[in-house]
Amino acid sequence: MMDTAELLKVYNRYRGDAIVVPGRGGKHWVNISTKPNRDLPLGDPAMGGHASFAMGLALALPQQKIVLFDSDGDIQMGMGILATIAEQQPKNFYHFMLDNECYATTGGQPVPLAKTIAYDVIARACGYPRAYAYDNLETFSINIERILGEPGPVFVALKVSPDIENKPIGSRVKWRKRSQVQVVMDMQKELGIAT
Amino acid sequence: MSDAQKAALSPEVVLQEMKKNGVTHVVWLPDSETNWLYLLMKAEPSLTLVGVNREGLAFSAASGIAAGGKTPLILIQNTGLMESGDSMRGWTMGMNVPVVLMVGYRGWTRHGVNTDTAATYTERFLNAFGIQYYLVEDGADAGRISIAFEEAKKTRRPVAVLVADEYHGFN
Repeated sequence: MMDTAELLKVYNRYRGDAIVVPGRGGKHWVNISTKPNRDLPLGDPAMGGHASFAMGLALALPQQKIVLFDSDGDIQMGMGILATIAEQQPKNFYHFMLDNECYATTGGQPVPLAKTIAYDVIARACGYPRAYAYDNLETFSINIERILGEPGPVFVALKVSPDIENKPIGSRVKWRKRSQVQVVMDMQKELGIAT
Repeated sequence: MSDAQKAALSPEVVLQEMKKNGVTHVVWLPDSETNWLYLLMKAEPSLTLVGVNREGLAFSAASGIAAGGKTPLILIQNTGLMESGDSMRGWTMGMNVPVVLMVGYRGWTRHGVNTDTAATYTERFLNAFGIQYYLVEDGADAGRISIAFEEAKKTRRPVAVLVADEYHGFN
């Protein structure tokens, strides 16, 4: 198991100018990233949709590298998107998945088949040309630069320790510094996208 | 050609409306009301077809496409629209995404008694979310598609076009 913040710090060394959708890693990423106008920390607009959102972004911005930090709970909720992504074959899409084996934001209940499901195998079977799985930071650190140099779509399953939250949603610390609408507008301004 | 066939909503006209309004990506899941569009869309070089397998995913995909500065259209059936409520709320309404939903209106009838609950709840569902919608029954209504695009752009919200034109001979 890896610590999500440490994993994201390692990724950040190789980020370049990628557009990053940090998904459920967002609360760590906002304190790590040095390019906030290229980040889309959206929180949780509706569970299960991060991969399709990031795929849409990759299709719309083929010249940009799009990096997503998805989650196991999100993937299980919308697993069919793996087939769509494989069909579209966005060469600029890097699909990382934080696998904490549970629904951390609802108290840590396990996702179905939490310890045995092989997400990388599923992604490869769907048609991702490259799919990997790592459960320790050292191996991830050794491979991350090579992975980011490969053409997408690439899928990378990452075992991470859960950040379980048991407080009622209303009493949790708000980590998002900008609204969802604002982060999209900031990215569009950064890239010169007229809307 | 019968009068009914002459009046039917032509797939060419619908495609023209898409092009006129700058659609770049059609995020869709096939349905019986709009299947006649597929071959035309597939042959149209200015369109990218993004097939999903659960309608809720269409809303998040469209949100990403819109964030990247392109113009998505969501093409689904009313049954799938109802499945998509939370995704529509979070990924399009919550993120101010101006997107047109072209929705096959399964079960719709102007005559007699509706016997399909998919039709029973379609407009109630849209009203519950405060989504404006336009009924397109035949070719004479095609201009309403552009009205929907204009309204989506102006309000930065989803706007629905209900395609109530099944069984017109293109299937």
